[in-house]
Amino acid sequence: MAAPDAPAAARPQLPPARPKGRPPRRKGNSAALLLIAPSIVFMTLLFGWPMVSGILQAFGGPQGLTTANFTRMAQDPYFWSSVGNTLLLIVVMIPIQFVLALAMALLIRAKPRGSSAYFYIWAIPLAVSDLAAGLVWLTVFTDRGYLNSLLASFGLDPVSWLAYDNYPSMFGAVLIAEVWRATSLVFVIVVAGLQSIPKDYEEAAGVFGANFWSRLWHVTLPLLRPSLQTALILRTILAFQTFAVALALTGQNFPLVVGETYRWYTGLQDPNVASALALVVMAVSMVTAVGYLKLLRDQSEAPR
Amino acid sequence: MADISIKGLHKTYPGSTELATNNVSLDVAEGEFMVLLGPSGCGKTTLLRMVAGLDFPDEGSISIGGRDVTYLPPQDRNLSMVFQSYAVFPHRMVRTNIAFGLVMKKVHREEIERKVRWAADLLQLSPYLDRYPAQLSGGQRQRVAVARAIVMDADVLLMDEPLSNLDALLRLDFRAELKKIVQQLGSTTLYVTHDQVEAMSLSDRVAVMKKGQIAQLGSPITVYEEPADRFVGGFIGSPPMNFLDGRITQQGALEIGGQGTAAPEFLARAAARTGGTPVMVGIRAENIALAERGSEGSLDAAVEVVEPLGHATLLTVDLGGQTIKVQVPSTVRVSSGDKVGLRFDPAALRFFDMETQLGLTA
Ligand SMILES: Nc1ncnc2c1ncn2[C@@H]1O[C@H](COP(=O)(O)OP(=O)(O)OP(=O)(O)O)[C@@H](O)[C@H]1O
Ligand SMILES: [Mg+2]
Repeated sequence: MAAPDAPAAARPQLPPARPKGRPPRRKGNSAALLLIAPSIVFMTLLFGWPMVSGILQAFGGPQGLTTANFTRMAQDPYFWSSVGNTLLLIVVMIPIQFVLALAMALLIRAKPRGSSAYFYIWAIPLAVSDLAAGLVWLTVFTDRGYLNSLLASFGLDPVSWLAYDNYPSMFGAVLIAEVWRATSLVFVIVVAGLQSIPKDYEEAAGVFGANFWSRLWHVTLPLLRPSLQTALILRTILAFQTFAVALALTGQNFPLVVGETYRWYTGLQDPNVASALALVVMAVSMVTAVGYLKLLRDQSEAPR
Repeated sequence: MADISIKGLHKTYPGSTELATNNVSLDVAEGEFMVLLGPSGCGKTTLLRMVAGLDFPDEGSISIGGRDVTYLPPQDRNLSMVFQSYAVFPHRMVRTNIAFGLVMKKVHREEIERKVRWAADLLQLSPYLDRYPAQLSGGQRQRVAVARAIVMDADVLLMDEPLSNLDALLRLDFRAELKKIVQQLGSTTLYVTHDQVEAMSLSDRVAVMKKGQIAQLGSPITVYEEPADRFVGGFIGSPPMNFLDGRITQQGALEIGGQGTAAPEFLARAAARTGGTPVMVGIRAENIALAERGSEGSLDAAVEVVEPLGHATLLTVDLGGQTIKVQVPSTVRVSSGDKVGLRFDPAALRFFDMETQLGLTA
């Protein structure tokens, strides 16, 4: 936060402004209330109420409040494998996505020919729904899909990429599809962040002897920190919710946590356990977001 | 070892039709302090950026120490630079900002510390070493940029208006300090400024630029006393040189506002051949003295405005319908409306061609 020699106490503490001719307070308050009323109503109806009822449902049972739903959830054989799969996916996918997005954004910043066209092309997956993306990649990886046709044309034997017993290739297929679908979000945020950094800093670094990698490490990345932080939080939370791509590609063979929520709700018709699962996802997402904010806090608090 | 040789540089920015630099050639000797002086937008920063390798010219070449660097990236040129916009890294403390170049060069840690302390002392930054740039004033930030450049011991030092944001007193201080430092370092220096006093006091040579071209290149005194054209005379000096419409008569006299004095011989000779020519006369305010009205060789004029400056008094004077500035000692007592005589120092008279505005010399 603050640098050591600028403690908060040293800053001028402005006394609360209190104009002599006091304006009628009541009126000011009611105007403020009136102004935030729409968003309060909106938040209560669309956010607060579903959340409260979700929490109640998660702890709900035939004899009042209980934690039995969580026990059932944890005892389900698919639960722990879905947690493992989700974590593995996040740990492998997010670094790949950030490296790719950063590389693409830096490429666009270098302004090669047709760089604006690249931007739109790379941003397209942003508009593709995850189920559609899953189906597209299914046509590639399925047993008689494009990939096996390609192999056949080289005289190679087809591979059952999405088979239950071929975990690495199944994971790979989900990973590729998710990377393809969701990298553009990171990309768009990083491009916006890069555009707000004046070129001077990189130029100065170059003059003082920094090569491309040093410039990236010592100048561009630190200045890009706020954007990276935003992208990381968004992307991680969304990654916890990965679901439709895996469902389209593998059905139940590659369970993910949110997929389990779906299965409990529709397949097993148990909304209470489904809510318990959803609650776990929410809690983990919140903890992650706070963790990132703490971890990546900007020490310089320097405005650019 | 590190002379700069610039040959025929042309540069047009993309999306612009005007030449930002137009056929600029300039040789800076090793260890020389060269000042680029010119009005805003004349291409000074552009020229500096090409020497630094931040922009590449459309045509022409740059070599440093005999090595062609025209298209070399900046990090391979062994130079350091003070940016007009400072470009002090906002995410690094003053200390690590100053040390940046040395860290990149992998200089030994203790050596870095020693140099940072030296530069911070010199630029009065020691109390701020552990602050971030956002916690500094504009002038302090600018000094960080200067400190970061001088610790480098680079062959070539490029400075783009490094003192522009300092108050008058500090600027006076640092001007002298900078001159000393650069002499110690022995770097070949290209220094951009708007401020002609700074240019005069610091430089070994001055290059006056105008619309992307070098209008005159020479020692500060030459540029001041013998401007190559009307632009240079009018740009350098405070107040700038006076310009008067005059005429050399066939008899060899210089006629200004209907009154005559002696003309220099080389112009008189030419005028005798052509039967008199119009000429533009340039003279600096301090080369005009007040004289007894009607005395031999003096021109009649009327004082319009009197501005006491402390060390001298500046008069605005009407001379046969043309307004000029005259600088007289502060002991002279005149008031507006006075009728006076003016005596021009004949050795300080400069003549310019009416058409081309170029200086006329023997
Ligand atoms: N990036 C750019 N793109 C297009 N035109 C530019 C660019 N940078 C500068 N110019 C133009 O090139 C000309 C020279 O600019 P330059 O920055 O070299 O001026 P300068 O002499 O440094 O001026 P100042 O003293 O105000 O800093 C100007 O007409 C300017 O408008
Ligand atoms: Mg400039």
